[in-house]
Formats: sequence, C-alpha cells, structure tokens
Amino acid sequence: MKEITKYISAYYLDEEDLLSGIKKMQENNVKVLDAFTPFPVHGLDKVLGIRRSWLPRVGFIGGTIGALTGFFFQMWVFTEGYQMNIGGKPLLAIPSFIPVTFESAVLFAAFSMVFAFLFRSRLGLGAENKIYDVKSTDNHFVVVAGYEENKSDDVKEKMEAAGATIIEVKE
Amino acid sequence: MYVSPQREPLIKGEKDYATITNDVTAPMAGKPGKYWFMGITISTTAFLLGGVATFFTVWFGIGTWGLNKTIGWGWGITNFVWWVGIGHAGTFISAILLLFRQKWRTSINRSAEAMTLMAVACAGFFPLIHMGRLLVGFFIFPYPNTRDVWVNFNSPLLWDVFAITTYFFVSLLFWYVGLIPDLGTIRDRAKKVWQKKIYGFLSFGWVGSARHWSRHESLSLILAGLAAPLVLSVHSIVSMDFATSVIPGWHTTIFPPYFVSGAVFSGFAMVLTLLIIARKTMNLEEYITIGHIESMNKIIIATGSIVGIAYLTELFVAWYSGVEYEQYAFLNRATGPYWWAYTIMMTCNVITPQLFWFRKIRRSLVATFIISIFVNIGMWFERFVIVVTSLHRDFLPSSWTMYKPTLVEVGLYVGTIGLFFTLFLLFVRVFPVIAISEVKSVLKTSGEKKK
Repeated sequence: MKEITKYISAYYLDEEDLLSGIKKMQENNVKVLDAFTPFPVHGLDKVLGIRRSWLPRVGFIGGTIGALTGFFFQMWVFTEGYQMNIGGKPLLAIPSFIPVTFESAVLFAAFSMVFAFLFRSRLGLGAENKIYDVKSTDNHFVVVAGYEENKSDDVKEKMEAAGATIIEVKE
Repeated sequence: MYVSPQREPLIKGEKDYATITNDVTAPMAGKPGKYWFMGITISTTAFLLGGVATFFTVWFGIGTWGLNKTIGWGWGITNFVWWVGIGHAGTFISAILLLFRQKWRTSINRSAEAMTLMAVACAGFFPLIHMGRLLVGFFIFPYPNTRDVWVNFNSPLLWDVFAITTYFFVSLLFWYVGLIPDLGTIRDRAKKVWQKKIYGFLSFGWVGSARHWSRHESLSLILAGLAAPLVLSVHSIVSMDFATSVIPGWHTTIFPPYFVSGAVFSGFAMVLTLLIIARKTMNLEEYITIGHIESMNKIIIATGSIVGIAYLTELFVAWYSGVEYEQYAFLNRATGPYWWAYTIMMTCNVITPQLFWFRKIRRSLVATFIISIFVNIGMWFERFVIVVTSLHRDFLPSSWTMYKPTLVEVGLYVGTIGLFFTLFLLFVRVFPVIAISEVKSVLKTSGEKKK
C-alpha cells in the first residue's frame, strides 16, 4: 500500500462489524485503502480485493532449487569431487542422498518464503512503516481511507452509517 | 433435544482483546520478581559450571571424560539425543497441531517453540565438544578447501548435521515470523523511549495491514507444512546414527518411529514442567488452563504408549530373530550390570505415564508436574540405556567394560541445563510468552463468553 499523509480512519471494536462495515462503505462509494487489525480477520482479503499471495509458489520454487542443489551437489562430490570407495559399492548411492536432499529443499523453501514475505511487505530489521494508529495492534480494527480520494463531505456520514465508532481525519 | 456438551473454554475469565494485550505484555513492563532472580542466579551458576567443564575438556582433551575404547559414546551422545528430543514438542505444537487446526495450541506454542530453539542449541553443543578439538568443528560442513576433501554424504552423522542445522533455522524463522506481530503490539504499548526503539527495530515495522496479514497467514501455513515433515525427519535421522550401524541393540528398523514418538513424549514433558511453573509465576492461569494441561497429558499418554510398545517390540524381535548376539544385547540390558538404568527407563516411561488414564490425575497440577519430571528422567535413561548398554559388552569379551561419567561430563550436562533455563528466563522477560495475536483470533470461538 502506498503511503499517504492525510487520511480518514474509522474504528471498529469487533471483526464482524468491520467486515460488514467495509462492505457498506464500498457500496456507498467510499474508497477504502486498507484495514489494520490486531489479528488476521478471515474474509477481509476478499472484501478488500487482496489477491491470493504468491508465497506458496515462491516456496515451491525455492524448495525445488534446494532439492536440485542438494542432490546434484552430492552427486558431483561422489562422482567427481572426492570419490570414496566404500567396500566397492557404487559411487552414486542415491538412497543415501535422500536425507540431505530433503533437508536442503526444506531449508531453501523456508528461507526463500520468509525473505519474499519480508521483501514484498517491506518489513525488515529497522523498517519503519507508517503506523496509522497504535490502537490497531491492541483491540481496534481500523479502516483507513485516503483524504484526497474521498473529498466529498458526506464521507463521514457514510462511515457512521457503516457502524464505525470513531471517525477521525489525521495527518 | 439433545445438546452435546460444550468444550471447556480455552481462555478463562471475561476477556476482550485489550485485556489479552495487557495481561500478556504486563510482565515485560514491570520489574521481575524475586523468584525470577532466584531462578536466573541458579541457572547462570549452572551455566558457568558448564563453562568450567568445557574449559577442562578443551584444555586437557577428551581424556577427562569417562569414555574408553569400548564405550566411545557416553553421556555426550546421551545428552545430545535427549536435548534434540526435547526440542520436538515445540515444532509439533506449532506445526502439526496447526495443520490439524487444534486451537489449544495458541496459548502454548510460543513458549514451546522457544524451548525448541534453546534445546537444539544445547543439543548441538554436545557433538561439537565431543570432537575434542572445537577449533576444527567447521570440518563437518561441506566447504571448498585446499585439501580437496569433501564430507561423506553416505554417513548418517553428516545427515544429522544437515537435519539439525535445517531444523534450527526453520524453527527460528517460524518462531520469529510468529513473533513479529506481537513485537509490534509491544512496541505500540512501550512507555520508555529505548524500549520503543528496540521493539520497533525487532518488530520489522509491523503495522497489521490486511495485506500483511494475508501474506503472514499463508506463510505460516506453508511453513507449518514444511516443518511437519521436517520434525519427523530430524529424529528419524538421529535414530539412524544408531540404526545404520551393525551393533546389536542399535541395528533396529523400528528406530525412526520409536525415536520420533519418544522425542515428542519427552518434549511435552519438558513443556509441562516449565509451563506449570510459568503460568503460576506469571499469572497466566487463565490462558494456560487445566484444559491445556490435560490435552498435553493426552499426547503424553499416546506417545508414551507408543514408546512402551516399541520397548516390547524390541524385546520380542530380539527373541524372534534367533540371533544370539541380538538376544544377548537385550538380556544384558534388562538383567546385566546396568539393569537399574533399564528399570528406571521402564518405570518412568511406560508405567507412571499410564496414570494419565485417570481424569483426576490428568487434571491435577501436582501429579502432572511430578509425572512430567519422571518422564524427563526416564527419557534421559532411555538414551543412556541405548548408548551405553549396547556398547559396554561388545563382540570381544576381553574388551567388556563398564562406563562411569567423570565430574567433567556431569559438569557439561549441568551446564546445558543451566543454559536452557537461563535462556528461558531471559525469554520470558523480553518476549511475549503467549502468542497475543493468535490467542485473540480464537477468543470469540473459544473464550468464556462464546455462545
């Protein structure tokens, strides 16, 4: 979400009121930017039109790369890098490569997903995202709408009609 | 009309979202009590003792241990397997119970995951110091070197390196990703400027946007999906350290499932031991309820019974195999010079946990606490029995010997216990012990006020 300086925020104390409230606001042509909640509210992404995350795909790709790296690296070590004759057994001992292949797949998948998540959400050590309201990490469900996009005077009434408890314009 | 009995609430008392925030963040704002100072004094002393023992081992060499040419793996490997096992409960609670949609995990997952990290750190210490030469410990990792030597990927000991390393990092990521929203909550509650700064730094700039939550949810789910087979693989691979050898008593195909259930068994015991104390001293009785403890006890009885069946299966297969070496190994375990260790193992792991079939005992704090400590002891002895009794009478009777740990070995073990508790006590001071946002998300469906 792009950062905005001037915005209107509407507050709810219950996640179900939040969902129905946003729906009502959208029906009345209020352009809702984002919602900030203390915990994940199910159905909120549908209401706000957030697409399904690509993270599982990132994880799959990362895991595949990890598995291939792990497997082919072991293959290379045993056939080229450092051949070890263990009782005349075949150099390419595929069954004993399985554990390391699996572990590197999991390791790569986990790291790629977490980094993709942090990168995509602009989160990270010392990252400073705009805190629209500190109450949103406690017990308030905060709906934020841009001031410029909703200049008409009746926005406040529309938000009130949608059941919001407090409505504030902030900069 | 028949109305089915409702489940007891997971969160007791009349609570709303704000009370949860206040209850969980309260210990971080206030000064620690005298019990905390007592605890940290004892545990850091134990930790320092371990430091002295480490110094002796590094300075004088592995000869300061009670090992000999017959018994090459003594307390060191026993402690390693014990600690890795304890770590398993955390991932089991946070990953497998998440996939099974068990809501009661929300109150205990954070601290159990922290225990995983600390236990794995304690575990990793033992193979490292067992090498004798700590400085070349990095030789276990495959890295390009001037000698053109690579590690042996055929060896279960190397699989262990990969498994434990992966396990540690994936657990760390999982734990921290779950912590980020709660650190944001603390940042927004912090009164002092330096606290706000530090928690702001650690919270990665979390604001609770719907977009972030949507990604966070799918990330947690997939990480759980990855961690679930991972946790099963870790102790399976640890068991292969033994199972792929040709030592009677170790060379057993049931080792992987037997070790995994033993690990979950001992892990839950440690979680119970610690949480029964933590809920009392940190006033979290309404979040970690008797219901939670009962659920954990049910897992203890399930995994404990699997372990019991595994012990009996081993005995049966030893007899049924008709191999005299295998038969002798088990006869010697049960009736040989280490019979007392075998008896402790059988009593603490197979007999006492069966008391949890009684609802009264399952829901009694005192009984649970005592039995959980019994399980901790029993599972330590299980590893001791497997390691030492299988080795001490090997194929050549002239090499038969006994093993006794030296003070240095005891010191190392005590040191890791000290490290574990020191880290745990620090954790409860600076991080929320309960996953705030996750508990909030189940409050409506599982709180006292639910319809």
